Amino acid sequence: MGAGPAGIEAAAALAASGCGVVVFEKNERPLSNITDKACLFPNFESADTVAAQLLAKLSHPNISLQCGHDVSCITSAGTDPAAGWRVDDESFDAVLLATGYTTFNAKRKEELGYGIYPGVHTSLELEQMIRNKEIRNSISNLPKRIVFLQCVGSRDEKTGNHYCSKLCCVTAVKQAIEVKKLLPSVEAYVFYMDLRMWGQHYEELYRTAQQEYGVKFVRGRISEAGGTFDGRVQIKAEDTLLGLPLRMTSDLLVLMVGMESSDGTRRLSTLCDICGDYGFAQSLDPHLRDNLTPRQGLFVAGACKRPMTLTDSVVDGRSAAFAILSAADNK
Amino acid sequence: MNKFGFNIATTRSINLDSANLSKSAALQELVPSYRYCIGCGACSATCSAASMTDFNIRQVHFKFSRGQYDGLVDELNKCMLCGKCVLVCPRGVNTRALIINMRKLLEE
Repeated sequence: MGAGPAGIEAAAALAASGCGVVVFEKNERPLSNITDKACLFPNFESADTVAAQLLAKLSHPNISLQCGHDVSCITSAGTDPAAGWRVDDESFDAVLLATGYTTFNAKRKEELGYGIYPGVHTSLELEQMIRNKEIRNSISNLPKRIVFLQCVGSRDEKTGNHYCSKLCCVTAVKQAIEVKKLLPSVEAYVFYMDLRMWGQHYEELYRTAQQEYGVKFVRGRISEAGGTFDGRVQIKAEDTLLGLPLRMTSDLLVLMVGMESSDGTRRLSTLCDICGDYGFAQSLDPHLRDNLTPRQGLFVAGACKRPMTLTDSVVDGRSAAFAILSAADNK
Repeated sequence: MNKFGFNIATTRSINLDSANLSKSAALQELVPSYRYCIGCGACSATCSAASMTDFNIRQVHFKFSRGQYDGLVDELNKCMLCGKCVLVCPRGVNTRALIINMRKLLEE
């Protein structure tokens, strides 16, 4: 289920091992969470190039891709747990849930003004501007200042999302660099609670942003945003390293929206009885059986389990293929 | 006019729209490592002056970079330029050069 990076990688690995694979994708095209990006962290590789390489894997003769097919029904094929699965009208030996994530709806944080003030955007909208190489403020001028705010819909009791979405930190650093590349005179500020640069080369990217691009980092969470008469955004925060309140106006405020379980993930994992915290699909255990579920022949991979990067998802997809093949051998 | 003892309170808030960031920009030219700080506080933890006074080099650095120059000369005069802060900085900020140059810029 799902033609994202995890689903495609798993399908390719299974097909290469001689299995027949059907990939169900609810959208009209696969990889919609990759093709809406400009470049990927940490090496600024073009998202389109990576998407094309992943798509090429689907051309294996053992794979049938069914786009625009929103699966409505997954059930066991019989009372015997080894009987396999039925997905809508077709029968399968194994089912892999790779239904991915969606982003947090920023309108839920009303105090940050998304959908109210025209200068407030989500990180996805900024990504689109970067992709089109056209970054403008709300009155179509080149911006002089741009402010990024981390942890919108993550690490936040008020939205019910206690978890860290883990890749927004490096995304903001990447986007700030891309903005500075396109518009070198822009002042870029990143407001953060902690900067979690956990991946290889992420910390270096953060340093590059400071060193080569002069991106400014302020430790503090923006408490509220308001509109100004000229279409800009006024923000209030505390500079917690100084212990002083701080305010400023900016042409753009970019909300780094976190990852949430997608509708498909919520619906299908509930249907299969493996829906865990925050609507993510739950594996058997996070260490050694992370692609398995309590139900025989049902497997999980990718960002339907928790926030994951593209790299993590691809590796997890491959690992799920291996888990499926091992289960088939032991049958 | 009788003001009945009332006056207008000034805000403690930093306003980055009206702040004068010219000295901060000049410091960046003089000491390029100035902008690498991540605010870890290793410099102020090891500081010889901080054990005897309320000198806090990390805060002085941040105040300077936000254009809050009031009172900083007196603060910087508490530093003895021992240079221990340079040794502990994980980002390689030349804090000693920073202090000397901040002082110069503030006295200009």
